[in-house]
Amino acid sequence: MTDTLSTDALTPPKYDKLRRAFFRFRQSKLSLLGGVLVALVLFFTAFGTVLAPYPEHIAGGVDTANRFIAPTWAHPFGTNELGQDVLSLVMAGTTVSVLAGFGVVMIGSIIGTIVGAVAGFAGGWVDEVLMRLTDLTLTIPGLILAMAIAAALGPGFGNMVIAISLSWWPGYARLVRGEVLAAREEVYVTAARAIGATPQRILFRHILPNTVSPIIVKMSLDMGFAILTVAGLGFIGIGVRPPTPEWGTLLSISRSYMPDYWWTAMAPGMAMFVAVFGFNLLGDGLRDVLDPKARR
Amino acid sequence: MLQFILRRLLMLIPVIIGLTIIMFAIARLLPGDPVGLAAGPNATQAEIAALAAEYGLDQPIWVQYWHYVTGLLHGDLGTSLLTRRPVATDIAAYLPATLELVLAAMAIAIVIGIPLGLVTAVWRNKWPDYLSQIAAIGAISMPRFFLGLLLQLCFAMWLMWLPLGGRLPIIVIPPPTITGFLTIDSLLAGEWSTFTLALRHLALPAIAMSLSPLATIMRMMRSSTIEVMQQDYVMTARALGLAPRLIITKYVARNAVSATLTVIGLYFGWLLGGTVLVETVFDWPGLGLYATKAIVSQDMMPVIGVALVIGLMFVIANLIIDVLYGIINPKVRYS
Repeated sequence: MTDTLSTDALTPPKYDKLRRAFFRFRQSKLSLLGGVLVALVLFFTAFGTVLAPYPEHIAGGVDTANRFIAPTWAHPFGTNELGQDVLSLVMAGTTVSVLAGFGVVMIGSIIGTIVGAVAGFAGGWVDEVLMRLTDLTLTIPGLILAMAIAAALGPGFGNMVIAISLSWWPGYARLVRGEVLAAREEVYVTAARAIGATPQRILFRHILPNTVSPIIVKMSLDMGFAILTVAGLGFIGIGVRPPTPEWGTLLSISRSYMPDYWWTAMAPGMAMFVAVFGFNLLGDGLRDVLDPKARR
Repeated sequence: MLQFILRRLLMLIPVIIGLTIIMFAIARLLPGDPVGLAAGPNATQAEIAALAAEYGLDQPIWVQYWHYVTGLLHGDLGTSLLTRRPVATDIAAYLPATLELVLAAMAIAIVIGIPLGLVTAVWRNKWPDYLSQIAAIGAISMPRFFLGLLLQLCFAMWLMWLPLGGRLPIIVIPPPTITGFLTIDSLLAGEWSTFTLALRHLALPAIAMSLSPLATIMRMMRSSTIEVMQQDYVMTARALGLAPRLIITKYVARNAVSATLTVIGLYFGWLLGGTVLVETVFDWPGLGLYATKAIVSQDMMPVIGVALVIGLMFVIANLIIDVLYGIINPKVRYS
């Protein structure tokens, strides 16, 4: 009894807020579902290659005696044109898709945050130049820009991530600039300035930490679309090349064998859908928790 | 109003300059050997050099850029290394197909999404609302190209109700080009059978494109309807004893739509650049497919042209939305 009392009294308000946020998150069944799906996706990202029933197929091994087997217990999603187990390929493909999506969102948010923070904090002509550049990049269709950069850089995982990231940052720049502009007028910034903090210190120690939650919300909402964009590039044939298993590439190959061998398309397509669905649900839930303004 | 439109149109000039500079930088500064690719694997060094000289690709980048911008003033978007035709001619041929697809998708999304958003807002927190909220997130999460493949598999390959792809069967002579939209052109020419054929070809790609804007418009409409329903004037109308149906249709819907309009404008531009995958699936001869083919062979002039055209249409679409916004909501009318 006394124990609980004392810990309650000692819990700093920060953790209290966290607990309340977690409570609100648990209230929404959809966010929980999203959390479970994302956990599942992350699990396969880490262990998909290890747990796959036919690891030799992931490395590019073929089994031509067993081409196009319809779904059975041995091959729940059938086999493809090379006799490879579709389930194994899709499980391994999780790693590529999720890591690429994560890379895109990370790089995009870092570039965007720097551009937006500098623009909002500096103001004047710096703001004007940076925001016009942001608007311009927004008017260029993202997928075409990413495709053009990826094609010029050549195939490969890293090149693909860089290409998509370069079309991904403007949203973050606008978001962060708005947040910084609002925070700049807050009393704590005036106070920090009054005690002689340098502009860099004010920006990085006082303003930016207060803009973190909308950035995290946007990142979680963007994860799904980043995965879709990665798969889209794979589908067109730019990006990661076979035999590295990638969902979009797998789907694109299976197109040639429709309608007779339709099952080769189901597993990669459904995997994409489930992953994106999970991240979108989770992002929606996080937004409700972290961004009270948007709550309805 | 006119002044406002003119001012916004003038702002297109810096947009054009900026877009061309960015695209030029990407096309020329990144590694890659477009001329070598276009000349073919057996071309000698001299042949490649001759090809580069023919297209002016051997000159310094600022000279090339200057030629490009001065050409733009005459409506010249450069020449494609791949098709060896002027890019402007190619784009004029492919743009209507993409526009027709995007407009059809937006029409489906608006016609279904707005009433659905209104209805779910009225039924807020009841099970049809929950169900449609889940369905909306599902629809946004569905990869458009996978949806396209599923539709193709179901309706074109198994049921054989609708064609597999393309805009018209090869054996059908297209109607005389007036708008470039096969559906409208065939109607104008009075060719009913061609019209139904064009519509049947349009159906699956348009549905595949429309699902995610439909869900977004629905969600936007729902939340803005909920917001409007909490306004004082709605309370007043209710207190005065107006029929709920009348309040919704006459007072709430109109105000809620104006907030949704912005999303529609953004989505229009976004769809224009996002047709690439659906056009690939359905072999739809539009800008996306054209750009993809050009990108794969690193033929940059068409890519710059397509990005420029889509970017401009994006800006113009937002201008139109701003004007519409003022018409629907007099409070924000511009001076």
